[in-house]
Amino acid sequence: MSTTLILIARRLGIALLTLLLVSAVVFTISSLLPGDAAEETLGQSATPEAVAALRHQLGLDQPAPVRYANWLGGLVTGDPGQSMSSNLPVSEVVGDRLPNSLLLAAMTAAVAIPLALLIGILSAVYRGSRLDRSLNIFTLSMVAVPEFLIATIAVLIFAVKLQWLPSITMVPEEATWGEFLRAYAMPVMTLCFVVMAQMARMTRAAVIDQLTQPYVEMAILKGVRPTRVVLTHVLPNAIAPIVNAIALSLSHLLGGAIIVETIFNYPGIASLMVNAVTSRDMPLLQACAMIFCGAYLLLVLIADVVAIIANPRLRSQ
Amino acid sequence: MMLTRRDILGGMAMTAGGILLPEAALAAQPRRGGRIRVAGLSTSTSDTLDPAKGSLSTDYIRHFMVYSGLTQYDGQLRARLALAESIATTDQTLWRIRLRKGVQFHDGKTLTSADVVYSLLRHKDPAVASKMKTIADQFSQIRATGPYELTIRLATPNVDLPAILAGSHFVIIKDGTTDFRTAVGTGPYRLKLFKPGVRTIVVRNSNYWKSGRPYLDEIELIGIPDEVSRVNALLSGDVQLIIAVSPHSTKRIRASGGYDVLETKSGLYTNLIMRHDTLPTSHPRFILAMKYLLDRELIRRAIFRGYGMIANDHPIPPTHPHFLADLPQRPYDPDRAKFHLAKAGLLGVRIPVWASPAATGSVDMGSILQESAGRIGLKLAVNRVPSDGYWSNHWMKHPMGFGNNNPRPTADLMFSLFYKSDAPWNESGWKNRHFDQLLVAARAEPDQARRKQIYGDMQLMVHERAGTGIPVFISFIDGYDRRLKGLGSIPIGGLMGYSFAEHVWLDG
Repeated sequence: MSTTLILIARRLGIALLTLLLVSAVVFTISSLLPGDAAEETLGQSATPEAVAALRHQLGLDQPAPVRYANWLGGLVTGDPGQSMSSNLPVSEVVGDRLPNSLLLAAMTAAVAIPLALLIGILSAVYRGSRLDRSLNIFTLSMVAVPEFLIATIAVLIFAVKLQWLPSITMVPEEATWGEFLRAYAMPVMTLCFVVMAQMARMTRAAVIDQLTQPYVEMAILKGVRPTRVVLTHVLPNAIAPIVNAIALSLSHLLGGAIIVETIFNYPGIASLMVNAVTSRDMPLLQACAMIFCGAYLLLVLIADVVAIIANPRLRSQ
Repeated sequence: MMLTRRDILGGMAMTAGGILLPEAALAAQPRRGGRIRVAGLSTSTSDTLDPAKGSLSTDYIRHFMVYSGLTQYDGQLRARLALAESIATTDQTLWRIRLRKGVQFHDGKTLTSADVVYSLLRHKDPAVASKMKTIADQFSQIRATGPYELTIRLATPNVDLPAILAGSHFVIIKDGTTDFRTAVGTGPYRLKLFKPGVRTIVVRNSNYWKSGRPYLDEIELIGIPDEVSRVNALLSGDVQLIIAVSPHSTKRIRASGGYDVLETKSGLYTNLIMRHDTLPTSHPRFILAMKYLLDRELIRRAIFRGYGMIANDHPIPPTHPHFLADLPQRPYDPDRAKFHLAKAGLLGVRIPVWASPAATGSVDMGSILQESAGRIGLKLAVNRVPSDGYWSNHWMKHPMGFGNNNPRPTADLMFSLFYKSDAPWNESGWKNRHFDQLLVAARAEPDQARRKQIYGDMQLMVHERAGTGIPVFISFIDGYDRRLKGLGSIPIGGLMGYSFAEHVWLDG
């Protein structure tokens, strides 16, 4: 087990280094964008004096390396700075939005992962059958249809025509469970369509790969029931690529939900990052980038650890 | 000149604010109670409660909910008295303002002249970064002369001061306010919740200085930037009022039983800018040719689906009291355009035009212009650039491009901001000393007929010489639930010039 811990420690070290590099890259690239927070805040009304005054107020008149060092110093001591466009602490702005994104991602995962596993395993076990082919066509066409189309059609049918579901997802704090589920139904469904296909296809491939192994044949010859073969013999061996696919899909849910957030007007963190880019709000942009990158690294790390724990051969290596 | 409450207030209390109301609304009796949700155009972390920093329509709406100004606009954009009880001047330079007594802020504090002095003077402080700093710089001195009286001394005479003070930036806040995480004003609604980028909730101010108003118990203001989503939200009953409906969605809204659109004819325009500081766009014949090449009727019909008024290459709309009606309409005339280009020796040249979705309709206008130009042998290349950064990086920076100007309440503001020789936003870089002199003269002219004549001369000058082609004035279109009554037009912006909150009520 100690090898696993060492691996985790080493991975965390690399993750920190990656975050540092990403922050430097994001900072450099975003400072290449034309205009800065002062100009964007003032917009069409940016006179040179007004821009200069605001720049000074925001500390944008300092050279870029100094600003980067200040930001990094703040982050290390736990202060991600002040959002330039809203004048609120970044932690407060992000703290408002991040739970929304996490909630949406969690609900989508809770629906999508079991469904994807089920589809993947079924089509692997009955590969070549009519069920397999129809499931294949279903998942492939889901991944091929752009999510804005799915979302828009869903809104037109369920919100405008039938009026069953709200067209925008804004859940007030005192919402009942029914309201809550109705509000989330369409965004969760749209996101499920997007992420399910990849997980299902990966599950199918991994399970099929294992089903052709001699040990499966042996188990079947010994008279083990098919369900047991799949669940206790095949799945643990196939888990590594599956959790990897899951990890990639989940990281997409956090940062890649921008289209769903736009159509359903959902206050998540992906649209926050787009706002931050258009308003050139550097501290906020950096914070979002750090969160996405950190979440991605964390998910991949978890996937690796799960794969190791699930596979005794990897454990002893 | 003396504006007294009786003169200016007119039948305000009786006719629901002196605003033009739809006929159906006039018959109905306002009803108290109810809650609506309103979708604005934008929402982001830069949403603000600081009136000086308001930069987007959602901000203006929010500010008019919680604050009031000294004056407010009516349906013809005339200034009516609001927190001011009288505004008087003899020389258009020194203005004496008497405040309405007994007005209370939401926390119970009584409104006094100190609050007004603070609210107006802070716009001059560079650290406040007010959007109105250039305009506030003309306040050379503001002094309280009593608890309910103050004087404003202007650097130069300006007869339009009451109209300027009706803007959302000049609403009155409490003396000494520097923290805008919450808002304490004298407006029709009290702030209940403000989450930048998410929502604003306000509740009825039962202590509002207009008795009986407002009518609704609660308003929730959200932003839905995507137009299709905004219309869907209205049609699915999630919101009851939306701003900025695209002309293309109006049919869909009208077709559904319970909803309708309200068109507000306004002075909003998207214009073709030809810079005077570089050739060939500075050539007078080139400018004239481009103005003849604008197919105004097609632009109005195809891009705006008829929701607009034909414009005549100057910024004063036909609905404005100072509009020069005698000026012949410039037609779409490719032959004359070709004649001018040939005279200038510019036929066959290749010129880029910069367009962006940031300037409403400019990309389509560019295409229409390109088509018309191509037919007479002028090659225009339309460079389409994204909205992001358009104003700081492209606007006014190329020989030919598009701009987009919101309506202003007075001819003076429009001309001062965009056509005066030394204005920072003099889009075309047009310089004309005579025009500047007329502008200053009109400000000091108390006689309305005389002013109208001066502004008429100025419209003619812009029409003939300035490097700006204004094809149409674009209407504002709001979408609303038919149960919502009292909605009218104040042509400074959508949703009754952003101030619908104190006028509307829910029926049934």
